[in-house]
Amino acid sequence: MANTARQKILTVVGNHGILIAFVMFMLVFALASPKFLSFENLQSVVRSSAILGVMALGVTFVVISGNLDLSVGSMMSFSTIVVLDLHDKLGPTLAIPTMYLMTLGLGGTIGFLVGYLKLNSLIVTLGMLSAIHGLTLTYSGGKNMDIDDKSGTWFSFFGQGEILGLPVPIILFIALAAFLGILLAKTPFGRKVYAVGGNATAASFSGIPRARTVFNCYLISAFCVATAGLLQASRSMGSQNTVGQGLELEVLAAVILGGASLLGGSGTILKTVIGVLILGFIQNGLLLIGWPFYIQYVITWIIIILAVWLDISVKRGKFWATV
Amino acid sequence: MTQSTPALRLEGIVKEFPGVKALDNVSLSVMAGEVHALMGENGAGKSTLMKVLGGIYQPDAGTIFVAETPVVMSNPLDAKKKGIVFIHQELSLAEELSVAENVYLGELPTKSMGRVDWKTLFEKTDGILTRLKVNFDARTRVGDLSIANQQMVEIARALTVDAKAVIFDEPTASLTDAEKLVLFEVIADLKSQGVGIVYISHRMEEIFKITDRVSVLRDGQYQDSVLTKDTTEEAITRMMIGRNLDLSRAPVNHDLGDIAIEVKDLSCGASFHNVSFQVRCGEVLGFYGLVGAGRTEIAETLFGLRQPSSGTILLDGKEIVINSPATAIREGISLVPEDRKTQGLVLGMNCRDNMTLPQIDDMKAGPFVSDGAEVALFDLYRDRLDIRTPGWRQTVGNLSGGNQQKIVIGKWLSMHPKVLIVDEPTRGIDVGSKSEIHKLIRELAASGYAVIVISSEMPEVLHVADRIVAMYSGEIIKTFTSEDVTEDNLIQAISGITPK
Repeated sequence: MANTARQKILTVVGNHGILIAFVMFMLVFALASPKFLSFENLQSVVRSSAILGVMALGVTFVVISGNLDLSVGSMMSFSTIVVLDLHDKLGPTLAIPTMYLMTLGLGGTIGFLVGYLKLNSLIVTLGMLSAIHGLTLTYSGGKNMDIDDKSGTWFSFFGQGEILGLPVPIILFIALAAFLGILLAKTPFGRKVYAVGGNATAASFSGIPRARTVFNCYLISAFCVATAGLLQASRSMGSQNTVGQGLELEVLAAVILGGASLLGGSGTILKTVIGVLILGFIQNGLLLIGWPFYIQYVITWIIIILAVWLDISVKRGKFWATV
Repeated sequence: MTQSTPALRLEGIVKEFPGVKALDNVSLSVMAGEVHALMGENGAGKSTLMKVLGGIYQPDAGTIFVAETPVVMSNPLDAKKKGIVFIHQELSLAEELSVAENVYLGELPTKSMGRVDWKTLFEKTDGILTRLKVNFDARTRVGDLSIANQQMVEIARALTVDAKAVIFDEPTASLTDAEKLVLFEVIADLKSQGVGIVYISHRMEEIFKITDRVSVLRDGQYQDSVLTKDTTEEAITRMMIGRNLDLSRAPVNHDLGDIAIEVKDLSCGASFHNVSFQVRCGEVLGFYGLVGAGRTEIAETLFGLRQPSSGTILLDGKEIVINSPATAIREGISLVPEDRKTQGLVLGMNCRDNMTLPQIDDMKAGPFVSDGAEVALFDLYRDRLDIRTPGWRQTVGNLSGGNQQKIVIGKWLSMHPKVLIVDEPTRGIDVGSKSEIHKLIRELAASGYAVIVISSEMPEVLHVADRIVAMYSGEIIKTFTSEDVTEDNLIQAISGITPK
């Protein structure tokens, strides 16, 4: 009967593991630093997580459909550089939609290759990671991009503005999360994403167009990347070519930490948001208790391993694999 | 037959899981030199019992004896060392390695410094292969072997130890008839060497062909053991489900409607050629033939998963072109595929979502999926097909094979197709669900559907089909009506020995 009790604990931990971990973190940091739970601090964490978060929302779709997107980091650099450059050439009203279209073009290319040509998404997006980086550098000539007249434009609104006292990046993140959350959980399209990721063959046998569904997931991911690029450009009003470098792994970490399976077919937007917040609070908490900044990468890795290990322990019903 | 000592004996085995007693005081003896069939519906406890024997589960109570010595197994390798060997239905071989490496996997003979002793390895393996009378040698790459020969490699693995008991779990599931005969010879050979054999299968004909005794489990409880020669199919079925399985001939339905689907000279590459047939509303057309005869390929072509190279398909008298499953579904053709786990279901999804998947675009309230409409549809077909599940939220992968198949059937029935194609409707399903599905197919025909049933089980096609198409190597040899068909002429037709 001890077995049954252990089984129950495993199930509870498995279903709510990510929440339990989240609450534990908050408690530990709150005890370690009184500033941690202050409104200002919480708001600053969410705000600084917004760019990563927006990208993670899109990647959640790709991962649930059973694929990967490792190109989002360099694609975000691309969007940022393009929108900054076009801002001075076309003005913000034209620059923003043009940048969105160009980013969607990149996403569409990936979607075509992975969806319609059935190429392996790891290979395609890993290649895209460096190809887009090359595009960005070619476009900018390797130079940093800056807006000339930083105070004479409303462009800073997205990254720096406030509505009713709430920073715009937070509002955009929440609005996009709500919209995509509903799209994924409540619409026929969302159901198809789960079906294609859960079993692509069975989905095809049910008349679900696998290729188009995957294609659309990459479009959504590109749309989110474009939004992240917009936030980044608008916050700093100038940028290096490598601003998004390495973000693809942090994004993936957040999605996995949220509990989406890399095999596809499972995960939710809410869980991804929690994954994003955990990463954000870890960084913030470590800084507050005075740990060196770079140790966060190590701690993040440990947390992900713990999360994945808990997840598979529950699936196989024991903590150790004996063979 | 020397039946003096049991090779394997179970005494009072109990295994409980939260909420279920999977094994309830099971006692069983398998004599040395005996082929002992273990039967029961899915969920009766066979798999749990096997896992207990393999050391994957530890029993909550009871003792296992091998050659009358009590043993405790901690894992499958341990079980093998103690003389209990499994031949699994799903093969677990490393395809890139040689036969010999697979046979001795984990126990390769070594020389000094851990180097593999290849000479001994190949010699020992070839010795075992000779015993099995196979036509490949120890150096062959396993991936180059047929499925049947791969099964032989699994069996060779069993022979590396001094096995007291060998357990075959649905060994013939993927074998052709000729390959089955070889397997049966091997079993007879093991038997003559005094090994106790446990044979698990749903196929009655095999049970009566090769086993000496039959034991039946039902709901985790041991029912009875009987000598095979003293019993009948009906008696075993009754023990398994508590009632009879009806496999009488299909009643001829004379009340047929119009031609629902007509296929003229349809060909698809090397899979099948010049296939013509028609199915009327209210009729069940059976397709019978060996694996690879082209039956499944025809079904997949009608469902838009393959493109025909020539020929026409007429639905309600109109010629149609089907280039994707979506088109087929729109035109009113549904396919319950051959393999429900890989083709029929998204195992990680719940029951309701699986059932509504093909029509998810039509289940909308505004832009959203209508929860109410989905649940209503699921409830309707759950009741109609008697699907046993705790609720629609249950993950499909957790259901029994029979209930999974009913979900797939429900999924396609709810599309109200004109033509329903069912490929291997009862593969790997227990007897009780089998007869329910047979009944359902007859009822569907009676209510006006045109149904095509593809099956590799002769009793099944004879039972459900009004007419039977016999196929051999991509061609239709003959179409029988249920009046002129006999088992003999059907077998001849599908083996390609009948003159047309």
